[in-house]
Parts: sequence; C-alpha cells; structure tokens
Amino acid sequence: MKNLAYLFIGVIFGITMFKSEAASWFRIFEMFQFQSFHMYGIIGSALLTGVIGIQLIKRFNIKSFSGHSIVIPPKTISVSRYIYGGIIFGLGWALAGACPGPMFTLLGAGFGTIGVVILFSILGTFLYGLVKDKLPH
Amino acid sequence: MSWIFEPWPWYVAGPLIALVMFSLLMADKNFGMSSNLRTLCTICGAGHKVDFFKIDWKAQQWNLLVVLGTIIGGFIGSELLSNDTAVLINPQTVVELKAMGFQSAGSSYLPTEIFATSVLRDLKSLVIMALGGLLIGFGTRYAGGCTSGHAISGLSNLQWPSLIAVIGFFIGGLFMVNVIFPLIFSL
Repeated sequence: MKNLAYLFIGVIFGITMFKSEAASWFRIFEMFQFQSFHMYGIIGSALLTGVIGIQLIKRFNIKSFSGHSIVIPPKTISVSRYIYGGIIFGLGWALAGACPGPMFTLLGAGFGTIGVVILFSILGTFLYGLVKDKLPH
Repeated sequence: MSWIFEPWPWYVAGPLIALVMFSLLMADKNFGMSSNLRTLCTICGAGHKVDFFKIDWKAQQWNLLVVLGTIIGGFIGSELLSNDTAVLINPQTVVELKAMGFQSAGSSYLPTEIFATSVLRDLKSLVIMALGGLLIGFGTRYAGGCTSGHAISGLSNLQWPSLIAVIGFFIGGLFMVNVIFPLIFSL
C-alpha cells in the first residue's frame, strides 16, 4: 500500500515535469538565456509554496502520517563542496538539458536516447565515490 | 478540461512540485532524485569496490519507486495528456538556436539534433549526452543534491548550503550556455 503511494507520488511528479515542459532541453536553454519567465515561475512558485508549508509545519508542529516529527536533514556546513559540485552539475544540466528527475520522465515519454545520459550519470556518481576523499569538501 | 492537454502553466507546476515534496515529508521521506543514482551504483555492485556505495539499498527502495513513477508519469504525460508536444519557447530563442544549428527549435520537445535515435551513430551527439550525464552524476553527489534536493527541499527549509549549491548550478549553467555552447555548436 505504501509502495503504491510512492509510485503514485512519482507519477504525479513525472506528469508535472513533462506537462510543464521542465523536462525539455529547450526550456532549460531558454532559462539560462533569461529569455522566459516560465522556469523561474515553476521553481519560484514551488519554493514559495514550499517555504510557506515548511513554516506552517514548524509553527504548528505538524506530524507525519506515522506520527513522527517532520525533518529535512540539515546539510553539512561547507562552501567548497556546494559551489564546486553545484557548478559541475550546472554544466551538465545545461548540456544535457535534464536533471536527475526529468531524465527519467523523458525515458517514459519515449526518448530512448536519454538512456545514454542516465547511464553516464550513474557512472558519474560512481566516479565521484571513487575520488571523493581527494576532493575539497 | 481541454487545458490539461495544453502545456501546463508555471503556477500549476510549481505548487504541484511542492505537493510532491510535502507528500514525501508526510511519509517520513525526503524529496531528492539524485540519491537514486547512488543507489543504482550500489545495486550494480559498486559497494564491493568503494565504501561510499556500501549502503543498504533496500532502505532506498521507496525512492526507486518514485523513479519508476516518474517514468510512468512521463509516458502518461506524453502519450495520454498531450495533443502536441512541441515546446513553444521564446521566438527570439528559436532564432538563436536555429543559428546554432538546432532546426528543431520551436517544433519539438527535445532537440532532435542531440536526442534523435539516428544520432546514436553520431559521435558528437553521443559525447554531448555522455559528458552531460557524467557531469550531472558527479556534480549532484559532490554537491549533495540536485534541483529537487537543493533548489526545492533545501531552499524551502531556508538552508544556506542549498543556496550556495543553487548559485553553483547557475554559474555552471550560464557558463555552459554562454561560453561553451558557442564553441561546440558553431563547429
């Protein structure tokens, strides 16, 4: 039952990514050229809803369905890993025009070649694991 | 109901993404898609070689189900909920893309010049997809999250590290589109 819920959440996410065109390479290019408000509107309205919701959860101490406190784990404090890692991801996001959610949406939408991007992103994560101790964090 | 077959406006998509995040929080989980790439490494046996992948992947099964749903959602979105999947970007952007060789700009969902099946025989397109994937996989894990984990979850919780990461996303993206694209797509 719970598994079905996760699947359903993913379906909603996938449909939203496809129908909002956030999974389109063209939309990502347009965003980085500042030639449309569309992507900023998506991220901005998601954030606005998110910030308000999280504040409400904290203020009213809203519990999860299982009765636990809702926590978004704090990220470790650092600048280098976020800026370097962020830049590397940003380069890939613009080049492939997809991030780790939408690339799966595209696979389902029938763009088989996105499989190349997915396979190499798994390989990229593996390479990170291989060299992570040598990188500034 | 015909609006549902048209591209969805940003003010529908944004709150829906937040709803996805809240649904996962209510189920004691967190919204983060790039973690799945690590889990997939572990499933492929990477834990035998590198400690970073020695994780209990079964504890991440729920997120793989979200991925499976995301794939199904892509199918539903394109096959059942769309009449026309051409992405109508800014006409100015179309002109610029056509000048760079992207004739499919304004008339398709993805640039066929990079993603059409026929380009699997084209080394340049393959390199673009492979390199893009490598950078995505390496960068997200280095930064500890992607658009969902940092730009949505982290920033919603007003976490400074996520703001730094998102600034990084934009430095990288702007550099790629403005500096590297003119080099690789005018050749």
